[in-house]
Amino acid sequence: MSKVEVFRQHHFEDVEQQHEASWLGMWVFLATEVMFFGGMFACYFVYRHWYLQAFAAASNHLDVLLGGINTAVLICSSFTMALAVHSAETNKRNALIIFLGLTVVLGTVFLGIKFFEYHSKFVEHLVPGSAFAFPGPFERPAEIFFSFYFAMTGMHAVHMIIGIGLLTALIVQARRGRFSAFYHTPVELTGLYWHFVDIVWIFLFPLLYLLGRHV
Amino acid sequence: MKSEPVVPVRVYVLVFLALLVLTAVTTAVAFFDLGGGTNNAIALTIAVCKALLVILYFMHVRYSDKLTWVFAAAGFFWLLILIGGIMDDVLTRPSLPPSTESAAIPSHPG
Repeated sequence: MSKVEVFRQHHFEDVEQQHEASWLGMWVFLATEVMFFGGMFACYFVYRHWYLQAFAAASNHLDVLLGGINTAVLICSSFTMALAVHSAETNKRNALIIFLGLTVVLGTVFLGIKFFEYHSKFVEHLVPGSAFAFPGPFERPAEIFFSFYFAMTGMHAVHMIIGIGLLTALIVQARRGRFSAFYHTPVELTGLYWHFVDIVWIFLFPLLYLLGRHV
Repeated sequence: MKSEPVVPVRVYVLVFLALLVLTAVTTAVAFFDLGGGTNNAIALTIAVCKALLVILYFMHVRYSDKLTWVFAAAGFFWLLILIGGIMDDVLTRPSLPPSTESAAIPSHPG
């Protein structure tokens, strides 16, 4: 049995077929994720069309600079994730562990900044609910904007937390020497997931933070 | 797939730098009022460019076979149908003639 064959499960013809099945399966999952987030994006576009002025006014209460910094942090984490996959492909176990660790750290920094932003929304009474207060004529539709803000960034944050969990499991397995140039499918697929979550934020940032600033 | 080459680190670095520059540009543009339409067009165009860079290079689609291209494009194609179909209704509803039914369809929720 060759070194590659060790990782083949019995229901696959060969490791190449096994890898192809995993790879395409992950893309199918990501397509369902596109539809999942897409539903919220579609809703957002409809309500933004109905309440354009209110969404603009509400959007101006988000911190563009913090949003931009968080976008950069997430892009850095995608970069370290890409390098982690590259390290696995080139059989560098220590580099793999370091880059997976850096990705976890950057993901956590993102969530920390997000937490800080959420906190200031609570302080400013911008969280939808009985305590919501928005000066001016747009109080109700502004509440709708912040419902979208919390639902969409919240779902995104849940995906980040799941991703950090997956990365942590990968670090444990990498330390045990499970991955090599011959077999690193879990690293590759978690990378796809992490990059997808990055893409969701790449669209959330302009839609929530930028579009409303100038109407 | 298995035959896909290992992408050189140089490519990742270039894509990473491009993504950072685009993020800086889109954030900076938001502080200038170029008129709502122009601002929004720039923000969305940059977002699409960034997403394409991530998909093609970080997610290796550029180096993958045709089947992966189909799978990757399918999700976004259906998303386009979803948003296109909904906005087609929402944007054109006000121009419909008034309903003859007793309970008229509102063009706007209030």
